[in-house]
Amino acid sequence: MSGNGASSSSLNMISGEDVVNNNLSALVVDDSPLLRLLHDIHLKKYGLKVQVAENGKVAVDLFHLGASFDLVLMDKEMPVMNGVEATKELRAMGVTSMIVGVTSKDGPGEQQAFMEAGLDYCFEKPLTPEIISFLLEELNKHNNKN
Amino acid sequence: MELVQIQRSLVDYTKSLFMEGFLDAQFLQLQQLQDDSNPDFVFEVVSLFFEDSEKLLNELIIALDQPNVDFKKIDSHVHQLKGSSSSIGAQRVKNACIAFRNYCDVQNIEGCLTCLQQVKQECYLVKNKFETLFRLEQQIMASGGSVPTIELGF
Repeated sequence: MSGNGASSSSLNMISGEDVVNNNLSALVVDDSPLLRLLHDIHLKKYGLKVQVAENGKVAVDLFHLGASFDLVLMDKEMPVMNGVEATKELRAMGVTSMIVGVTSKDGPGEQQAFMEAGLDYCFEKPLTPEIISFLLEELNKHNNKN
Repeated sequence: MELVQIQRSLVDYTKSLFMEGFLDAQFLQLQQLQDDSNPDFVFEVVSLFFEDSEKLLNELIIALDQPNVDFKKIDSHVHQLKGSSSSIGAQRVKNACIAFRNYCDVQNIEGCLTCLQQVKQECYLVKNKFETLFRLEQQIMASGGSVPTIELGF
């Protein structure tokens, strides 16, 4: 998948009920317990199995141990290992999961650097139901192709 | 007070929080995530926010009191507070953080100190608002009623 930095304004609005997934897994990577809880519950509402990691290194270590996830929500600013470094490392490992950057509103240069690390998409936090629906729709398309 | 009256009070109170800018649509998203399997979700998330914000505000007080102020560190803390306030729909806190970051960018200590007070004030105000909101919800639940939902577009 190639990154295209889709913005929420260009998304098709899909009802959440259309994309309930019982066989997709997600990893939420964020140093904020609040954001981890928020995205955890949000994704579980769509039927995903969710794990959380408090920084990029924990996320990378999970993959090193053999874990795999269909979707990774990657915060940008984290201690120990930030989202940019973690994304680069995951792609270097050959991880093909959909990796979605989740940032506070940064300058365009900073988002670009994050995208170039290997993201598929980058959105401003917190993710809205419309954005999550879009991502799951994209994941389903990707999985159906394979 | 009768159940219907408390429910009406809750609806009116919640609407006033939106009208006064304390909350934005993100709060409604939070409420929609709450269900029977996560009945205290909103309370948990809001509680996490206030735990976070207290720590961050204390870090900011210390950081701004240093002889050589580290604006990058301050910006990082404010950035985090902005992110978490935005996530629960605490709009006025979020806006105060945006102004704070602008002063960090230009390394204006006085501006940062003023903004810190503003952020503290907004956190204090919204905390009181949430306490009232949760108290009304608890009264409704204790009376055997259900908490009414607010629709956007009121």
